[in-house]
Amino acid sequence: MALLLRHVRAVDPSVGLDQECDIVIRDGRIVEIGQDLSIPKGETVECAEKVLLPGLVDAHTHLRQPGREDEETVASGTRAAAHGGFTAVCAMPNTEPVADQGAAVRALLELAASEGAVRVHPLGAITAGQRGESLAEIGDMVASGAIAFSDDGHGVPEAGLMRLAMDYVKRFDVPIVSHCEDATLSGRGVVNEGVVSTRLGLPGWPAAAEEIQIARDIRLAELTGCRLHVAHVSTGRGVDLVRQGKARGVRVTCEVTPHHLFLTEDDLTESYDTHLKMDPPLRTAEDAAALVEGLLDGTVDCIATDHAPHAPHEKALEFELAPFGTTGLETALPLVCTHLLASGRADWADVARWMCHGPREALGLPAVRMEVGCVADLTIVDPEAKVDVAPDYFCSKSRNSAFLGTRLLGRATEVLVGGYFALRNGKVVE
Amino acid sequence: MLSSRHVLSIADLSADDIARVLETAESFAEVNERRIKKLPTLRGLTVINLFLEPSTRTRTSFEIAAKRLSADAINFSASASATVKGESLRDTAATLGAMACDLVVIRHRFAGAPRMLADMMDCSVVNGGDGMHEHPTQALLDLYTIRQRLGKLEGLRVGIVGDILHSRVAGSLVRALRIVGATPVLIGPATLMPSRPDVLGADVVLDLDEVLPSLDVAYMLRVQSERASGMPFPSVREYAALWGMNAARLGALPSHGIVMHPGPMNRGVEISADVADDTRSLVLQQVEAGVAVRMAVMYLLLGGADSGAAA
Repeated sequence: MALLLRHVRAVDPSVGLDQECDIVIRDGRIVEIGQDLSIPKGETVECAEKVLLPGLVDAHTHLRQPGREDEETVASGTRAAAHGGFTAVCAMPNTEPVADQGAAVRALLELAASEGAVRVHPLGAITAGQRGESLAEIGDMVASGAIAFSDDGHGVPEAGLMRLAMDYVKRFDVPIVSHCEDATLSGRGVVNEGVVSTRLGLPGWPAAAEEIQIARDIRLAELTGCRLHVAHVSTGRGVDLVRQGKARGVRVTCEVTPHHLFLTEDDLTESYDTHLKMDPPLRTAEDAAALVEGLLDGTVDCIATDHAPHAPHEKALEFELAPFGTTGLETALPLVCTHLLASGRADWADVARWMCHGPREALGLPAVRMEVGCVADLTIVDPEAKVDVAPDYFCSKSRNSAFLGTRLLGRATEVLVGGYFALRNGKVVE
Repeated sequence: MLSSRHVLSIADLSADDIARVLETAESFAEVNERRIKKLPTLRGLTVINLFLEPSTRTRTSFEIAAKRLSADAINFSASASATVKGESLRDTAATLGAMACDLVVIRHRFAGAPRMLADMMDCSVVNGGDGMHEHPTQALLDLYTIRQRLGKLEGLRVGIVGDILHSRVAGSLVRALRIVGATPVLIGPATLMPSRPDVLGADVVLDLDEVLPSLDVAYMLRVQSERASGMPFPSVREYAALWGMNAARLGALPSHGIVMHPGPMNRGVEISADVADDTRSLVLQQVEAGVAVRMAVMYLLLGGADSGAAA
């Protein structure tokens, strides 16, 4: 089957492309890029006014299967991903049970193949059961298809164990994805320590609890030569540490989330809205500004959602009891379009860097470039499409979005995975 | 009669509201000195004391206040941890709402729970203490007690001593003192200070002896080591030596200076036994004021509009 995308503005900084053109896709690959192309048979899609990007990847997704299928499944989570413009997600291993063996990785890949709307790249746990005590069977998981390793949800408490893990994974040249949190400092903290913890009488989670482990893990990556990807950096000093590490030649990359970019602790009010309870917590306006600076100067490699679906009855608990996290797959791209593109601070090439090439390089995924022969994992964006973030907008099983009630501008209307539509006219293709 | 239909935080109240509460409480205090202490004001109304954290003193004070105004006062107690595994606060709120009560007083382990309840229910809600956040009626009764003894509030310097970080009493008292024009000073070990006391509008002094001569009120907080993670000071002995109120420190206060404590006291820790029983210690006056002030709050939330004069 052939597909012709006509009059699309194709943007891919990795091949120096930003122009209106026609693109022919056949057998799941890009076969021709040019002007006034035609195909003898097949389908033609008119894409005037739309932007074509190499397929977006979310480096940080919680699919919740197995264990919390009431919150999300591979089927629903990958549909949410397609709806948000992603052609692939990287699935965190903190399921129930934890993905700490090859069998769990294979099971996830089988589910993704049979039920997934987009590609799924599994991460495995660094430590058995994510208990922070001993190494998980990393080799077995690599052989089964795990792309990276993380104890996401917790920091690895002991520096010695983290060093072991970093040394061990070198045999496989896969990255360690570090959730940086010194639990002896974050304690029972639920909001940023400082103004908001004082004002609301909530236990504080100090920025230092994150920065100390970022510093530690960068130093360990330097010591071991391991590839380190720092998850959800939320503070300005955290970005500085990564900037300094990169300058020293350490193999470190990092991601920031849309909620840390576009929300701050000032959004937490006397209403104690648990949709704004995050781990790490929303930080100060200065921190959020520093994250944007980090993106613009290339220190921050990618925007990742940390999509964290939660059951409504759990988010409805008291603030200190409610679980951490917000959904993100379906709002990330519209937020970036609204807050960074519309303001002129970034362009489409930046979006391609932060949401396609950045995560792929950081996590060692195959590159997608807009050139002949490349696999047709592509995202088409309508910059003028409006998004009302209301409960009925979501394909995710969960509605716990920190951005409910906002109106955004710009969203994906088509997603192609291996040349097939996962999203078409803004609707997930079944 | 108050600018808010709930009392969840001192921040809900204006300076006028606070003045009205204190003034109304004064008339109720007179009633509390009579042999027959009951008024018909809230007859037929139902007040539920929803205490999801152990408390005898505060609950009893609210219960007496409701009963003196002839409301039907019902105690609903459970441990918050039981509600975690069993019924959620939302379900509890729905249940109470279905019973058509008029006012709920809530005491809860976690900050923000009174707000949740208020958002879910049609009746008035009074915060009887939420986590480390606020305990507004305590602050109101403290203002009442201070004014009764010192004749004014404006311009006073009130030292709040001890575990500020975990204290909802301090959370409300600092805000209340600012509203009435007094100056709160937070005193204690830095391990028990909130990270940004400036947000509350308070100064911090770590050395108690340095500030004692400048204080009109030394407000001693209960040491709540059960709330802290990791012991925040080396020993009770050292805490008492550095931040405990004792006879020598009482002598260092100005001659009109008074000592207060929200109770229950740890004698020998934050306050020595002799100071606790001294005439300059107003601990029992605070308890007494508690009933009158809580009567005033309930009256102003529930009955003020149609019942005319308070007493």
